Amino acid sequence: MNPSSKLQSIPIAVVADSGAALPGAEAELTSLYEAHKKIYPRSVSGLFSRWRWGLVALTQLVFYGLPWLHWGQRQAVLFDLGERRFYIFNLVLYPQDFIYLTGLLVLSALSLFLFTAVAGRLWCGYACPQTVYTEIFLWLEKKTEGDRSARMRLDAAPWSANKVLRKGAKQLLWISLSLWTGFTFVGYFTPVQQLAHEVLVLNVGSWEVFWCIFYGFATYGNAGYMREQVCKHMCPYARFQSAMFDADTLIVSYDEARGEPRGARSRHTDLAQAGLGSCVDCSLCVQVCPTGIDIRNGLQYECIGCGACADVCDSVMDKVGYARGLVKYSTQNGVQQNWSRAQVLRHVLRPRVLVYAAILGSVALAMAISLAMRSPFKVDVVRDRGALARIAPGGKLENVYRLQIMNATEVSQDLRITVEGLPGLEVASEPVVTVDATQARWVAVRVQLPYDAATPGSHPIAFDVASLESAAHVAEKSVFIIPR
Amino acid sequence: MSDFTSSFWSFYVAGITLCSILACLLLLWFSGKARALTASDNTTGHVWDGDLREMNNPLPRWWVGLFIITVLFGLTYLYLYPGLGSYGGEAKWSSHDQFDREVAKANADLAPLYARFETMPIPDIAKDEQAHAIGERLFMNNCSQCHGSDARGGNGFPNLTANHWLHGGEPENLIETITNGRIGQMPVMAPAVGSADDVKNVANYVLSLGGNPHDSLRASLGKPKFAVCAGCHGPEGKGNPVVGAPNLTDNVWLHGYGENAIINMVTKGMVNQMPAQGKKFSPAQIRVLAGYVWGLSNLHAVVQ
Repeated sequence: MNPSSKLQSIPIAVVADSGAALPGAEAELTSLYEAHKKIYPRSVSGLFSRWRWGLVALTQLVFYGLPWLHWGQRQAVLFDLGERRFYIFNLVLYPQDFIYLTGLLVLSALSLFLFTAVAGRLWCGYACPQTVYTEIFLWLEKKTEGDRSARMRLDAAPWSANKVLRKGAKQLLWISLSLWTGFTFVGYFTPVQQLAHEVLVLNVGSWEVFWCIFYGFATYGNAGYMREQVCKHMCPYARFQSAMFDADTLIVSYDEARGEPRGARSRHTDLAQAGLGSCVDCSLCVQVCPTGIDIRNGLQYECIGCGACADVCDSVMDKVGYARGLVKYSTQNGVQQNWSRAQVLRHVLRPRVLVYAAILGSVALAMAISLAMRSPFKVDVVRDRGALARIAPGGKLENVYRLQIMNATEVSQDLRITVEGLPGLEVASEPVVTVDATQARWVAVRVQLPYDAATPGSHPIAFDVASLESAAHVAEKSVFIIPR
Repeated sequence: MSDFTSSFWSFYVAGITLCSILACLLLLWFSGKARALTASDNTTGHVWDGDLREMNNPLPRWWVGLFIITVLFGLTYLYLYPGLGSYGGEAKWSSHDQFDREVAKANADLAPLYARFETMPIPDIAKDEQAHAIGERLFMNNCSQCHGSDARGGNGFPNLTANHWLHGGEPENLIETITNGRIGQMPVMAPAVGSADDVKNVANYVLSLGGNPHDSLRASLGKPKFAVCAGCHGPEGKGNPVVGAPNLTDNVWLHGYGENAIINMVTKGMVNQMPAQGKKFSPAQIRVLAGYVWGLSNLHAVVQ
């Protein structure tokens, strides 16, 4: 032990503490598990609620609407698994285009890092399908069973005609929406109008039925019952958010310095005199929370950043005549150092955020350029391996190849095949081929070389496949083998 | 069918599997009965390092439900399908059966596509655009490994585009070749021909039959010796498709050109095989293939 070290002596003695919250309270034996307690979120309206409903509308318009769009003769967005082609508007994507999916995933990850660094769980509170469908299903539940207190009373009440009717109506609406969601999902893989026709004549393929019900049941279970359990226990976002946040990330924050001590008071109480903070302890922030937490305890992993508590607290503050913003989107630094909104936002735009944005921008640009400059066809060269070489009539040396030419457009293409790499090398079979729309065709190509043009062995050559109608061409390497 | 030589191993595997499942259930039960001390502030009540506390959040009970569903699924699966040693499962599933069923289903699905080719004459099949496309793909996948992607063959593999047929080029011959295969046998004829010199003379005579450069003296000496070859190859060397003996006058050298190649053939003989494809393809597929190959030789200009 170095005597001059600055090591701090930290006590490792474990001290029994009888409970900090309430002195004298008893510790009790509890089970490892607890039954799920249903959460009845109270209705809320406000700025963030309007944003969320706007995003619900936008995302669902896209999801439910996209399969019904047309592009020429076909569905605009179609993932044809059977034929191994993905159609996205004018793009015809082959399995060989998988790199774009990788690019999309990279973009998604970078966007995630960027948004989370700026404003925390924006995705969770506003755009995640779990939130979106839960909101829709909650809205249906409100319409059939009533507001928060009505729903709680109905659940506690014994079964009656009223309860059966209300619960039944809710289930009917939920199941219908779930089946429609499953049907739409399958419609991305089987053309939706064909699928609709099959449903009407009750002649649907068994796999379509399976996936429709599977996806529908998942929607029903997750949005109807699981709700916050997904966010709390199944989604990894909650758990790694601490790695993606820092002290300048916008989070839903309770201004403890301003709000405490909390307590009820009359309208005209002077706060300084009464020694009270702005928080009137109405507990509305707890009632509206979809995950059932109390934001006044600080940021918790369950908080999905939906801002419902901010909305409702603002409305309460309006009613009692205090300033808004007791619960608001702010940063940890902002709350601790009491910054103004402008100061908070200035610090949000920090190096980390700018770097993420720059990388995201460049990857997006690279992908866009790559897609725009995509060749209208792809070529793969496979040399025949059965025979090394052949002597063709006339004494020429011959190698045989197979070229897989993949037409990535929806018009037929005429292409010319040429070859280079050795003196006198030429294509001896029919050099012009026609490949139909979206077709991938294997073409046998014979390449000939005059007898003494090169030494025995393997020689690198290159095929050039050029379009007869445009400037597009693709070059692919191969070898020409000259036997001894 | 069991791979085990003793039934002990079957019981061993089954026993371990079932005991493990049971152990998981017991673990679940015991952990469910465990109780933890929780203070009123939801911590364990202990304080470390001055202010460090440990929360004690309970696990959701539906996890237990999921676990139980998993166990039930597992037990149902093991009842229905093989998993417990050599027990075959009540559903009587086997991978052989599944393969057979999938092949049968694939053939049934394809049957309408091939239906119209079942009775169509081969020359008509050769002219049909769809049949040509199907035939081309079948050929590329199954025949091109020996005959080349362009069907022009190579050393020892016949050129299917030149309209030269060892066993006859009529549609029935093609179907027979593809279905049952062919074995071409050139016996070792050198002892019957005579000495090495005699074999060389016969080789030169054969070269002369096709109008190729040869030693005239040797060719005339070889001509009487050719009598032993005429039995299969015919008196003028024109070949015999019935036994698959090549036409020696047509300048198609399947196994190599030249005096040495012919001497080799006579001295060592040759067995060349076309494998039978009858078990791999349905009769309609063979007709489509035969049509494709017939078309290669008959519908395009013969390329030498």
